Amino acid sequence: MNGLARRVMRRPAAVASTTWLGLVLVTAVGAPLFAPHGPLDQDLNHVLSDPSSGHLLGTDELGRDILSRLLYGGQSTLLGVVEALLVYLVLGVTFGLAAGYLGGWVDWVVTRTAELMFALPGIIIVLVVLSVFPSNLSAAMITFGVLGSPGLVRLLRAQTLSVREELYVAAARVSGLSRPQILRRHVLPRMISMVIVQAALFAAIVVTIQAGLGFLGFGVQPPNPSWGGLVADASNVIDTDPWMLVPAGVPLVLTVIALGLLGDAIRDAAIENWSLSKMAAPAAGVTARPAAAPDTDTDAGVPASDGAALLSVRGLSVEIGGTPVVQNVSFDLMPGQTLGVVGESGCGKSVTALGILGLVPGGGRISGGQCLFEGKDLATLSPAELAAVRGSGIAFVSQEPMVALDPTFTVSAQLAEAVRRHRRIPRRAARARVLELLDLVNIPDPAAVARRYPHQLSGGMAQRVAIALALAGDPRLLIADEPTTALDVTVQAEILALLRTLQDETGMSVLIVTHDWGVVADLCQRAVVMYAGQVVEHADVNAMFGQPYHPYTQGLLAANPHLAVEGEPLPTIPGTVPAPSDWPSGCRFSQRCPYATEECSAGPVALTRLQADRLSRCLHTDQLVLEGGRR
Amino acid sequence: MAVFRMVLRRLLSSIPLLFAVSALTFVLVSLVPGDPARTIAGEHATVAQYTAVRLQMGLNQSLPLQYWHWLVQAVHGNLGSSLFSGEPVTQLLSNRLPVSLSLIISGTAVSGVLGVALGLFSARRGGFMVKAVDGLSLFGLGVPPFWLALVLVEVFAVKLRWFPAIGYVSPATDPAQWARSLVLPVVSLSLGASAIIAKQTRDSVLDTFNKDFIRVMQANGFSQRSILYRHVLKNAAIPVVTILGVVFVSLLAATVFVETVFAMPGLGLLIQQATLQHDIPVIQGAVLYITLLVVLANLLVDLAYGLLDPRVRAA
Repeated sequence: MNGLARRVMRRPAAVASTTWLGLVLVTAVGAPLFAPHGPLDQDLNHVLSDPSSGHLLGTDELGRDILSRLLYGGQSTLLGVVEALLVYLVLGVTFGLAAGYLGGWVDWVVTRTAELMFALPGIIIVLVVLSVFPSNLSAAMITFGVLGSPGLVRLLRAQTLSVREELYVAAARVSGLSRPQILRRHVLPRMISMVIVQAALFAAIVVTIQAGLGFLGFGVQPPNPSWGGLVADASNVIDTDPWMLVPAGVPLVLTVIALGLLGDAIRDAAIENWSLSKMAAPAAGVTARPAAAPDTDTDAGVPASDGAALLSVRGLSVEIGGTPVVQNVSFDLMPGQTLGVVGESGCGKSVTALGILGLVPGGGRISGGQCLFEGKDLATLSPAELAAVRGSGIAFVSQEPMVALDPTFTVSAQLAEAVRRHRRIPRRAARARVLELLDLVNIPDPAAVARRYPHQLSGGMAQRVAIALALAGDPRLLIADEPTTALDVTVQAEILALLRTLQDETGMSVLIVTHDWGVVADLCQRAVVMYAGQVVEHADVNAMFGQPYHPYTQGLLAANPHLAVEGEPLPTIPGTVPAPSDWPSGCRFSQRCPYATEECSAGPVALTRLQADRLSRCLHTDQLVLEGGRR
Repeated sequence: MAVFRMVLRRLLSSIPLLFAVSALTFVLVSLVPGDPARTIAGEHATVAQYTAVRLQMGLNQSLPLQYWHWLVQAVHGNLGSSLFSGEPVTQLLSNRLPVSLSLIISGTAVSGVLGVALGLFSARRGGFMVKAVDGLSLFGLGVPPFWLALVLVEVFAVKLRWFPAIGYVSPATDPAQWARSLVLPVVSLSLGASAIIAKQTRDSVLDTFNKDFIRVMQANGFSQRSILYRHVLKNAAIPVVTILGVVFVSLLAATVFVETVFAMPGLGLLIQQATLQHDIPVIQGAVLYITLLVVLANLLVDLAYGLLDPRVRAA
């Protein structure tokens, strides 16, 4: 908690808020000490005076000192906040935790009651209470605390539920840490900071409501001072002395804003803390490594761009947030051919694919290289020119079909929009074309499917529709980002067969990102293997399957479940892909490589041409080939 | 047909809420110190007169029985009469309703339009606009509507004389004056609300922009204009509609303050006065009306969900 407080106090807004709130607190409690005048002292010689040395904020219509009245008035505000907040916290925490932890009928009753209370217009109920207990501000504030508590109940219930889920996982992972310890160390701090944030925001609302009630004449009765009452006094003299609105309202506004700012600051600091600890977790136990060295590859291994190629990527590099995530990727794709980009998650495959389209995710950008499509460098096109290529020149199919379509439009509406974007044809003709497209991707009843919404489609069906959407502009190149990963095995085979047929019929080229060797074997003529943002091997698929030239390719091939031998454990590559910020300066695979020697981490390893069209980024290819049979 | 069934289901499911609210008010009101019969009968009433009034008001019955009688009457559209003016409560409320509805509906509309426009703009522009919307929403949280209203009155009514400081003109009398009389109250209601809506719109638009389907559309050459105004906006609107419902309800509460400042004869002012005068039947009726309005607002929100999101329609 001290850590949290320190992080909060690093924010200027939080410091300013805390200072103001502290000032209000001290001067209200110590009003008899600080106030220059009594709150009821009348000075009828100085009625409605402007600020002066005797009355720093002026006087009201009875010549009472406004500053003094503000300070004394703060007392009732403070009391109201304490009352409402106590009730809010006690009810909110008790019932929120109870509903979350106990579940069952307790949860049911608490949730239903909270729902019911949510629908009540709070201030109106408070007014009813005030009609029962006239001028009893405590009753009003306690009622308001009760009416506000369902918000906290809801939040804590949800939080407790999710923590309960996490606890099992955490307990399973972190042996040796008892449940109470986990609770104390990991769960409570998070809950406490969340409760503090809510309390601050609720306090802000209470201050406003309390002043509002005072303004309406329900709170502290005149002549006793209150913040709301001061505003009411000011409104009575608005014609003669508008100045009074300022001292009457500004402290109130500042206090509410300070509470809001403080709440925001605590929330931001707490979020920062959680994300920091989350990021630190997987890194624990891994020794720090020097930051990634710049890729010093010369293009020695890569041939000059082939004029016949449909797509020719040369030295493509991509940065996200200033960190390189893809470095110096080059390959060619011939018309009608299929190229596979293979690797584990986090190797930069998808970023490469989206980079070609100029759509690097996460605010990233292309930091170098060319993407020549039909001779035009996509990396240098203007957004408008690029948009003209997308869909008609190059189309895109994504990984998760269920989220690849707009859930709020019918299949027909989305496809028709795509069709009409590429061909200026009337709506009726576009609708006919939509049915054609759906038929093309082997959807059994195109007319019926066209009328459906995405959520009414199965995964396989949705992927067919997504493919139809991509085909709407008759593209010469289809980029497919793991198009089968999210699907059932039988559906995968159907989608792959569909892609093959479509390619035969239309003659388009396909760039397919995958980690599934089955897909590569099925569709691709050539494959590029990527690891940690670099190409590590590039070869004909048959040659690669016959004899990989890079240990990573070899490891991936061995881990292919399609080749698993029954009764034997599936071989895996130990370790994980390093994050871009942790890329070693030498061979990036060396940490996980069975062939690694000291030489490997000495410096960057170049992508080298080993045969006419075989490239590998490894110092030990010879040894790999020699031992290949035995591993 | 499905929509009709949904409306019916929602209305039926709001009945427990109406029960709960009216019973709660009834119990609260029964705790009122003092004796309404004594008030009605007057200081100098004889014991016989006083007893007659008590009998007439049903005050000698048990609380549940009193509630039952009130309920039976309420179902028949009779909410009793004001203890002060003697006017039937339903008539009183129906006269006041148009004033409050003018305020709340215009307030919701203005803050909706303003908030969505501002939110969209800040989502598109980023940078400074993001900070501006955050600042405005902090301002909206901090500045209570009654104080803002007073400042507006001072500047625009007292000093500049652009708008009337107080009062309400029925649109039937003079539509132009009606609009003029609404400007300042609606502005004081809308400032905070539009900031909240702007923030939600911005977050929701940015969130939608990160969705897979938007990237798929961009990658397949959909026009930027269609992506933003057709697809992002429709998807982002769903949480915004939720906030609009919340805003409607919060404006309902804020009318109590704003109608007081502008001396507008609406529900808010009525409740405030009834509270000061302990006019129990009026309070009870007003609470019922307001709860009904909340129910209706939530129903509209649900209907809007159905229009925007086909997944809700199916459910």
